Amino acid sequence: MSQIHTLTMPKWGLSMTEGRVDTWLKQEGDEINKGDEVLDVETDKISSSVEAPFSGVLRRQVARPDETLPVGALLAVVVEGEAEEAEIDALVQRFQAEFVAEGGADQAQGPAPQKAEVGGRLLRWFELGEGGTPLVLVHGFGGDLNNWLFNHPALAAERRVIALDLPGHGESAKALQRGDLDELSETVLALLDHLDIAKAHLAGHSMGGAVSLNVARLAPQRVASLSLVASAGLGESINGQYLQGFVAAANRNALKPQMVQLFADPALVTRQMLEDMLKFKRLEGVDDALRQLASALADGDRQRHDLRGVLGQHPALVVWGGKDAIIPASQAEGLEAEVLVLPEAGHMVQMEAAEQVNQQLLAFLRKH
Amino acid sequence: MARKISYQQAINEALAQEMRRDNTVFIIGEDVAGGAGAPGEEDAWGGVLGVTKGLYHQFPGRVLDAPLSEIGYVGAAVGAATQGLRPVCELMFVDFAGCCLDQILNQAAKFRYMFGGKAVTPLVMRTMYGAGLRAAAQHSQMLTSLWTHIPGLKVVCPSSPYDAKGLLIQAIRDNDPVIFCEHKLLYSMQGEVPEEVYTVPFGEANFLRDGDDVTLVTYGRMVHVALEAANNLARQGIDCEVLDLRTTSPLDEDSILESVEKTGRLVVIDEANPRCSMATDISALVAQKAFGALKGPIEMVTAPHTPVPFSDALEDLYIPDAAKIEAAVRKVIEAARSAA
Repeated sequence: MSQIHTLTMPKWGLSMTEGRVDTWLKQEGDEINKGDEVLDVETDKISSSVEAPFSGVLRRQVARPDETLPVGALLAVVVEGEAEEAEIDALVQRFQAEFVAEGGADQAQGPAPQKAEVGGRLLRWFELGEGGTPLVLVHGFGGDLNNWLFNHPALAAERRVIALDLPGHGESAKALQRGDLDELSETVLALLDHLDIAKAHLAGHSMGGAVSLNVARLAPQRVASLSLVASAGLGESINGQYLQGFVAAANRNALKPQMVQLFADPALVTRQMLEDMLKFKRLEGVDDALRQLASALADGDRQRHDLRGVLGQHPALVVWGGKDAIIPASQAEGLEAEVLVLPEAGHMVQMEAAEQVNQQLLAFLRKH
Repeated sequence: MARKISYQQAINEALAQEMRRDNTVFIIGEDVAGGAGAPGEEDAWGGVLGVTKGLYHQFPGRVLDAPLSEIGYVGAAVGAATQGLRPVCELMFVDFAGCCLDQILNQAAKFRYMFGGKAVTPLVMRTMYGAGLRAAAQHSQMLTSLWTHIPGLKVVCPSSPYDAKGLLIQAIRDNDPVIFCEHKLLYSMQGEVPEEVYTVPFGEANFLRDGDDVTLVTYGRMVHVALEAANNLARQGIDCEVLDLRTTSPLDEDSILESVEKTGRLVVIDEANPRCSMATDISALVAQKAFGALKGPIEMVTAPHTPVPFSDALEDLYIPDAAKIEAAVRKVIEAARSAA
């Protein structure tokens, strides 16, 4: 039986309302496999590829290069099996006639993050998907739940996935008590308690990897598996100059040279990304929190926490970008874990190589 | 996803958060509590356009309606600032500056210097400026450059709700007198504003659009007019960089020069009258310090050297608009081309 699929403008992160079509990576008539990158889209924050959530033949490129379209707008028609041109015409026509862009502040905009007092402080988290053993996504130093914007929806296709803002970050409360790794890990456990989750998969990026490893150390029975992305806690060295430079940067010119180190492709650091980061750093309490955490994480170029001993008790996946300038990918060697190194990606490997990271994570989680 | 509130609400929230944090902060001005004959107890107006609405009840005794004497209450605020309080006084329309100029120009602005740094004057004077409200020549001026001319004052001119909140909190915490200029037509503008407390530093311009062809430098409400022009020009293949100064004193010279070094072309947009304005000041700065980078003459888009007209048609003509900015940008590009 044939099936006609519509590929629409994705929503990457909470604030995305529209995207600009950059280039088509597949042409009309091309075979597409589920997960293939079909076209490049750019937003004011970031550019990335749109992946096909289905297989079939690309029958119609509806969006033109350079066109700016709202989230949910029709980009392409993909057909599994057979379909007449007239059928596709009719579908496109119907879609365009019925399509209403989200946008008004009062309109419901789909799932939204939640906030509550958890373990005595305000915490924000964002849930997508349902069923299965839940997965918790733990961002890195200076990040927030939006660091998973290219991963969260894809991973949520197969289970309940919760991304949180760690204390001191995002829209969670900024004040830290001890400002150490245990405090962050205890917050993750407090969120599991709050959500009545006995056991979860944990995926952590950078500092969030160390937080996840430390959760597994503190409460091994609560952890189903560990996915460690460019993770701290797995080796000795870290780019201490980055940490100090990032903490000290108070304006765009100081911040940019730090932020570009996060990506293999420096062009990904947009004006808007810098402005958003500055907006975060200007919030009261953030500077103190970042200073506390930076010194809890590293002493110069040396990491303070070696959590390699935690590995071996839980199924573990380690993912690294070969061009990581913050924590070297060589730290992926010799670990008791499934290892994937993506040679062309930097420290933000889950953003720069989202498709590969998502596939690997999904396959890993299915096994455990 | 930050919540969206108006420019006016952002100012109100900044005042409330700082008054909650620091009980030396208080508000004084004409009609800031009751206003318009209201008793100030039930539905207080909170200023002529309602910016301070609700604060009277939250902070009893700290929102003071002043008699209609700018020299009196602005003077009182300056005095209070020297004695350890942090007054936020409101000059309803900047046009009334003449009535209290000595208190600002000769007193507040001079104390730190004349007393060898021993005196601080943490005063904020919030004031409404700008044309477009059909309010005629005595209620529509843009006198930002007048304040900027005076050493010892800091001058802030936010263009968005986000900046309004962060710059006002910064202004209240600053130990020098700050003139905080609010455009009447921006009060209803909506934008994302964090609920949390934050500050936006002074002297740091905001790049609102990156471009390689022409630098547009402006501040206050004209930022939005410049962005509109830049969007129109982008469709014609001309990429403008739009720089919002945020504060005119201190002035972020580095960002202006950095941008002109890149584009080689400058258009300055200022809602104020042109003589001795921010437009002429920035043009002079660039001519002096980045002359070598310029590919052609600098253009200025300003109001004409006249009072703000009362006639609707003439007032519309008086205020710089996107079409005038686009024409100036084209002129700069043409001039640069024929010079090459």
